[in-house]
Amino acid sequence: MPDKDIYQSHGINEDEKKLLLESLGREPTITEIGIFSVMWSEHCSYKSSRYWLKELHTSGKQVIQGPGENAGVVDIGDNQAVIFKMESHNHPSFIEPYQGAATGVGGIMRDVFTMGARPIALLNSLRFGEINHPKTKYLLSGVVSGIGGYGNCVGIPTISGETGFDISYNGNNLVNAMCVGLTTHDKIFYSKASGIGNPVVYVGAKTGRDGIHGATMASGEFDDESEKNRPTVQVGDPYAEKLLLEACLELMQEDAIVSIQDMGAAGLTSSSVEMADKGQVGIELNLDKIPTRQKNMTAYEMMLSESQERMLMVLTPEKTQLAKEVFEKWGVDFEIVGQITDTNNLVVKHKNKVEANIPITYLTDSAPIYKRDVSPRKQKQKSTAKINQNIDIKDTILKLLNSPNICSKKWIWEQYDRSIMANTLNPAGDDAGIVRIEGTKKAIAMSSDVNPKYCTADAKKGAKQAVAECWRNIISMGAEPLAITNCLNFGNPEKPEIMYDFVKTIEGITEASRELNFPVVSGNVSLYNETNGKPINNTPTIGGVGLINDISFLEKFGHMLEGDQVFLIGNKGKNLSCSAFEEVIMGRNTEDPPDVNLKTEKINGEIVKKLINDQLLSSCHDISDGGLIISICELLIKSNIGADINIANNGNILEELFAENQSRYIISVSSSNQDKMFEILNNASIQYHHLGNIKGNELKVNDKIVISLNELNEAFENLIPELMAS
Amino acid sequence: MEISIIRFPGTNCEVDTYNAVKKVLGITSKILSCKDTVIPKSDLIIIPGGFSYGDYLRSGAIAAREPIMSDLIKKAKNGVNILGICNGFQILTECNLLPGALLKNSTLKFISKITNIQITRNDTFFSKDYDKNQSVKIPVAHHDGNYFVDQETLRAIEENAQVAMRYAEPINGSLNNIAGLYNNSFNILGMMPHPERAIDNQTGSNDGIKLFQSMLKSMSL
Repeated sequence: MPDKDIYQSHGINEDEKKLLLESLGREPTITEIGIFSVMWSEHCSYKSSRYWLKELHTSGKQVIQGPGENAGVVDIGDNQAVIFKMESHNHPSFIEPYQGAATGVGGIMRDVFTMGARPIALLNSLRFGEINHPKTKYLLSGVVSGIGGYGNCVGIPTISGETGFDISYNGNNLVNAMCVGLTTHDKIFYSKASGIGNPVVYVGAKTGRDGIHGATMASGEFDDESEKNRPTVQVGDPYAEKLLLEACLELMQEDAIVSIQDMGAAGLTSSSVEMADKGQVGIELNLDKIPTRQKNMTAYEMMLSESQERMLMVLTPEKTQLAKEVFEKWGVDFEIVGQITDTNNLVVKHKNKVEANIPITYLTDSAPIYKRDVSPRKQKQKSTAKINQNIDIKDTILKLLNSPNICSKKWIWEQYDRSIMANTLNPAGDDAGIVRIEGTKKAIAMSSDVNPKYCTADAKKGAKQAVAECWRNIISMGAEPLAITNCLNFGNPEKPEIMYDFVKTIEGITEASRELNFPVVSGNVSLYNETNGKPINNTPTIGGVGLINDISFLEKFGHMLEGDQVFLIGNKGKNLSCSAFEEVIMGRNTEDPPDVNLKTEKINGEIVKKLINDQLLSSCHDISDGGLIISICELLIKSNIGADINIANNGNILEELFAENQSRYIISVSSSNQDKMFEILNNASIQYHHLGNIKGNELKVNDKIVISLNELNEAFENLIPELMAS
Repeated sequence: MEISIIRFPGTNCEVDTYNAVKKVLGITSKILSCKDTVIPKSDLIIIPGGFSYGDYLRSGAIAAREPIMSDLIKKAKNGVNILGICNGFQILTECNLLPGALLKNSTLKFISKITNIQITRNDTFFSKDYDKNQSVKIPVAHHDGNYFVDQETLRAIEENAQVAMRYAEPINGSLNNIAGLYNNSFNILGMMPHPERAIDNQTGSNDGIKLFQSMLKSMSL
């Protein structure tokens, strides 16, 4: 008989305990308590967020499968589809950075190949504490090696990402990993179980005692003792994943799989429950058959283990032998561990004893759902510090390029294999990564974005901006934006002001994705990102995917060339509020991030995409952190060339250079293409401004400010290598 | 022209290599399992890159003891041409078809970038189409590419002109910046850079094409 505190130690509160006992009508076994605790955890049940997530915009002509499956599926024409999702692995990565990050990559990859797609690209979005915080170096180094160690070994290119630093992540870093896979329409696999009597098959690595209670751990806050949770972090084996991947994809060529689900958080429990729940059937597991790493594992341990690289499948009986042969060929464990039943219950047997017998709906539909209290947070005091108009502009530009959130992340991406599969088309550091689709003229552009500073200052505006920036980054590579996934990282949802921001974030994402026809097709929520009661900045990461129908234009696109003219698409910079300039140069944060006018965003983007696809531009880059001049600097550094830029003297030069107004791009165009470009711009009547031309090997602004390419490069490149070498 | 590619569990560049041979040379190669005991008659055998057996124990160490290796070693001694790329290079040193070893990079980090490489000679089976001392750009992607060998062997390697290619600047701690190496009969080449990823300017470089074309030319002779 379970003692009184056992519920509490499983993260089940008093109300939930009451609900559990009432539903079951008897005392649960210890295995059943374990099963309830993980299925009702925030991580698996989305109990705080589910009510609001249904508001998201999830439809569109391009959508084949929206949220609710292992990953989202989007049509890219020619009977092909991309399958993608982003997921967080924040808590484990803070406790054990290498394994936490590695298994984050492994998990998201499985979500994609579970659905029948061969992974073709990985992305990530990382947030660490202040760059000089004593733990940052250790965490950054471990997380990056972990991501590389896993993806490189499986052989999937990591092609794009972003990394940011802020004090709010000092005790709680973020690791959001995204995977994109490719398949055909007739080879998409779902998790819905069916066929009474069909065998339930376990494939992949053996089950060990690692990761037990990972989902529960990931549903709580941290304190100073968090490191003692290290045993709840799973250990990744990318080699096992590679074999599992190949075996699964080979079997998917046969008509053998009824349904398939990877064992992620809450392992065997959540995979079996989700499959049965979707199919409205029962499932019976015989744990005697589970391949285990350790002897004498209990039912409780096997049901809660989060050992990696495992899958659960329902097969057609007649193809079971064939399936076994495929997995044996790849050296991957294959065991029939149960069957589909008509009871609608999860029945777990071990050593001739029924260890659990729970109606599935108790674990899913009847799981607690909370519409938590919301209330706006108190407005911070407005900063009254005045901007010094006589500030040294050269020094300001170099300081911004040398600041943690803007500087080059080469030290990071050089540890990721980006050339494997031989289809990565652009160099690292571009707005979006591009991967060509073998045997076609098509390519997929991918980007992940969020500005947590904006999202914390104003959750709705920030969320809109994150969606818009992701859209813009995909446009900047000439691609048609298709759909997004998201990873909503927040603090404790039981605090009304955090829940308020969460709700506003959903509103912002919904508004932007509807207006831009950029629907959400998959996603993940990570709450309780707090340490000692201090929440992280709101970080709703948006991962987007776009389609290039014909890559021909890329041959002459990507670099500014001598003699090119430089233009700004969009309006002139007007407001320094919430900008990198404010943070880095003035050391203050104000509360009013730039708003996105979604109509302007759409028009500007469509026109820029047309200019690129008509092969009129030599380069394009969106304007984001640091404003117009930083965007120009980044293009110059990439193109290894200088520019002569003139900013009209009648405006406020600091605002024109450093403001972060939205929906803007820097483009370069050769003199011979200018007239054609003007015609398109004027017909669309969108705002644009001539800024100067490309020449020499220094950046000149208004003839007065002169910065050599060397100085730009050093400022941009040196920060992280110097930190890591120190 | 018969080309065989050997796949070990954990190999992950066999498809890229197969595709490169197909695209550049128009030849359909055979992908063999390392569990096979006989390699069919081949003009060229390629051991592609990857993480055979997860690089557990030591990169290439477990693969070098697979059933297929005894026939590979026999064929190598009989003069069959063998190309080992990245993990393939590591496997060739592990089975002593090439001298030395590939240690962890001196940076202790994985390194992935398009790298400037100097092709030292252009009179071998693998290099006919290059110019002597030609500089080329080919991607590297490895954690264990730090070539090491005892001083005496190093001297012999240099005297025999067995160094096939060098990094233009130090990237991983390799002795004498060695990026690729021939055996002393010049029918075996091990190289850390990935020529199969350098066959198309759209992906950053096509400087690997000449390696494949050189091999075809040599095979046709």
